[in-house]
Amino acid sequence: MLTENAPLLPETQRSFDSKKVTLTVNGKPRELNILPWVSLLDALREYIGLTGTKKGCDHGQCGACTVICDGKRILSCLTLAAMKEGAEITTIEGIAPNDDELHPLQKAFIEHDAFQCGYCTPGQICSAIGMMQEAKPTTRAEVADLMSGNLCRCGANVNILDAIMEVNH
Amino acid sequence: MPQIGQPISRLEGHLKVTGAAKYAGEFNLEGLLYGYVVNSTIVRGKILSIDTGSAMKIPGVVEIFTHENRPSLAWFDIQYSDMDAPPGSPFRPLYDDEVKYYAQPIALVVAETFETARYAASILKVEYEAEEFDSDLKKNIEYARDPKMGLATMLKPLPPKPKGDFEKAFEESDVQVSSAYWHGTEHHNPMEMHATTTFYERGGKLTIFDKTQGTVNSQLYACNVFGLSFSDVRVIAPYVGGAFGSGLRPQYQLFMSVMAAIELKRSVRVTLDREQMFSFGHRPPTLQRVRLGADKNGKVTAMNHAAIAETSQFEDYTEVVVNWSNMLYPAENTLLEYQLVPLDVYSPLDMRAPGGSTGVHAIESAMDELSYKLGIDPLELRLINYAERDMAEDKPFSSKELRECYRQGAEKFGWSARKPEPRSMKRGNKLVGYGMATGIWDAMTVPSRAEAELNKDGKLKVNCAVSDIGTGTFTVMTQIAADEFGLSIEDVTFDYGDSDMAFAPIEGGSFTVSSVGSAVVKACQSLRKKLIQKAATMENYSLSEDNEGTIRFEKDRIVLSDSPAISVSFADLIAENSGRAIKASTTSIPNVFKLKKYTRAAHAAAFVEVEVDEELGMVNVTRALTAVAAGKIINPKTAKSQIVGSMIWGISKALREETISDHRFGKYMNENLAEYHLPVHADIYDLDAIFVEEHDDIVNPLGAKGLGEIGIVGMAPAIANAVYHATGKRVNHLPIHFDDLV
Repeated sequence: MLTENAPLLPETQRSFDSKKVTLTVNGKPRELNILPWVSLLDALREYIGLTGTKKGCDHGQCGACTVICDGKRILSCLTLAAMKEGAEITTIEGIAPNDDELHPLQKAFIEHDAFQCGYCTPGQICSAIGMMQEAKPTTRAEVADLMSGNLCRCGANVNILDAIMEVNH
Repeated sequence: MPQIGQPISRLEGHLKVTGAAKYAGEFNLEGLLYGYVVNSTIVRGKILSIDTGSAMKIPGVVEIFTHENRPSLAWFDIQYSDMDAPPGSPFRPLYDDEVKYYAQPIALVVAETFETARYAASILKVEYEAEEFDSDLKKNIEYARDPKMGLATMLKPLPPKPKGDFEKAFEESDVQVSSAYWHGTEHHNPMEMHATTTFYERGGKLTIFDKTQGTVNSQLYACNVFGLSFSDVRVIAPYVGGAFGSGLRPQYQLFMSVMAAIELKRSVRVTLDREQMFSFGHRPPTLQRVRLGADKNGKVTAMNHAAIAETSQFEDYTEVVVNWSNMLYPAENTLLEYQLVPLDVYSPLDMRAPGGSTGVHAIESAMDELSYKLGIDPLELRLINYAERDMAEDKPFSSKELRECYRQGAEKFGWSARKPEPRSMKRGNKLVGYGMATGIWDAMTVPSRAEAELNKDGKLKVNCAVSDIGTGTFTVMTQIAADEFGLSIEDVTFDYGDSDMAFAPIEGGSFTVSSVGSAVVKACQSLRKKLIQKAATMENYSLSEDNEGTIRFEKDRIVLSDSPAISVSFADLIAENSGRAIKASTTSIPNVFKLKKYTRAAHAAAFVEVEVDEELGMVNVTRALTAVAAGKIINPKTAKSQIVGSMIWGISKALREETISDHRFGKYMNENLAEYHLPVHADIYDLDAIFVEEHDDIVNPLGAKGLGEIGIVGMAPAIANAVYHATGKRVNHLPIHFDDLV
């Protein structure tokens, strides 16, 4: 935190009262008592304990925090949990059909070695699921374009695209 | 079937694709406190006061640590040192009121929630007395001086002495090249931001989940700085979300988290934000000059490679920048120079292929320029100057299949389709260019330990404190261990990433497979012997050390190959050992006397095709192939991923990433992932890597040289050379941006 001696809010305007927020996460209702400025990402990681969704920048620049909200991929770091009252959230922990089976994209990611450190992986997979639902891309170039909000610093890009293309077809 | 050489999928893959793999900042412990770091907004000077009053009043704020109320800390520099510390005085967080660089950590706010800590951190009132500073390398070249020597210099030798008479030979040469090269600051920016969760246990024992490339390194640091006993501090790095060098030294989030946990007697997590990821170490900006003199036939006779790099005011960070040139090309008259300029910045830090990717950019761009002056194909020029011996050190190579990299790489890439003239190839309205460059990286080995055991449940397990930063260490070590017992990988477990396990060096420098792999081999061999000895003492079994060659391991037993009916189960061995595990732990120490007779290096040849839109100056790497000679490849699948990944690092270095400084303010201007450009999926086209056969009995018992760095080294110059071939414009600074080409 780089502080430039930010002006302090008058005490009368400061509120540290928690708000009640109800979300459905991976099919389970979750009731949270959180400060209104808690991001959906922090709500998932710190308050619900689902740390599969990653924080890579907290600024909507890297895509690691991508989750599926009411069927669409969103950046959970740019979303306040309080804005999503009643929403259906699916995270990486909830995309597999059941405990014994993986989602086809999860299998393809392992098979194609589509990760090294694994930190961008949940975001890549959730983003790919959202992309396939919203855009129906046909070519590799389209997929590359539509997935470009998800950074990978290890440079697994080629394998990530291979994995997505396998499932996309 | 041997497991080494099999393209096995990463063993932790399931955990990574389901989100179950836990990284350092993801251990949610009961009563966990959150720390948020406050950084200085001046470059240099004194902190006059830090007013924490308003922040402390916020409900949920537990404590605010500054230099004024921090606990007592170690006194001596050596206590702040670590396995990757350069000569000098390591930075001490919260030590006193002195500010040495922009965004220096000056306070830690600890609160019950992350949000509260972050808010409170934003309202601290800090007053400074600012002093003059200078962070501009280019303006301070006149102050360049020789680096100080230290322990770190052992793995990073300074340039060899001059040979012959460079100036005379250069003057007398038929064809000359003289060019300057530049790249600015770069930051590692692993996707996972640095985090440490310190679990405070009853009695004051600490279990520290740290983002680090060395669990033992972090343990050493925490113990030395805070005066703790080794038995009370355990560091775990189960999964590491990338590091690329950023985790080679203990970073300040470790200090902050441990300090707060000890003082508050509670568990504390400190996670840095992305902006703070630009506040602790970087690839140093480096200015280089290469002068080459050659005869008409292309033989390089005179070589001068000089580099001047940035360092901090408190440490002499060095890297090997210029030595590679003479290792690659056997010129007889050489002058290799390397100097530093101390500036008001944080100490630079090893970043993927430190020095190698810097220096080879210069020499390989200069060789390319020379090839056009001579009218000789760039690849042919490399072959004319091929070093059969390392003339810099006058030693033979332990192995060197670079010639084969050139041959197979050129063939697979289709180098022969290149038209020699710049601007001679087009595709639609785009200019097309082919470029190539050589890569080289040391094949180092350092001491490591490993422990192998047949545990009390009759399972074979091997352990080492080494971390796996995404390189595939877990998988390849399991493969290596499996082969030592002749088992399949399912029957052996490799445990890692925990300082309680057998000692490991930091994971870096491409020396992990060589160092830890050798230790795993030794430990397994030692356990094998022990188990056979034990079996030999048991009744009715004709198993003994004498016939070790005729003994094999099966899933759960030792079997006499000739008469499979004769066997002893692991369970019986454990029973015979009174139910206790049978362990063997060994240290692998490289045979320095043998190794020092040879130059040991991995080599590569990178071939690149670019398309340049001349109107927009846009460059795309449309096709690239790297051929690598790095000895034995343990796992072709993870190996290829590492090389292709580092080729993308090369694309990034050549065309995208740069930390931009504003020297008027002594600070970085693009401390975020929107403005620190990395290649995205749409920037990546057809990339391929191949491995040529290379046999090496000298480097280590595995014959493997390591792959972490070699892929990036030649990639950036190959791209710059392709841009020249496409456009006729030679751009010698990186990254190459559109405004360089329009």
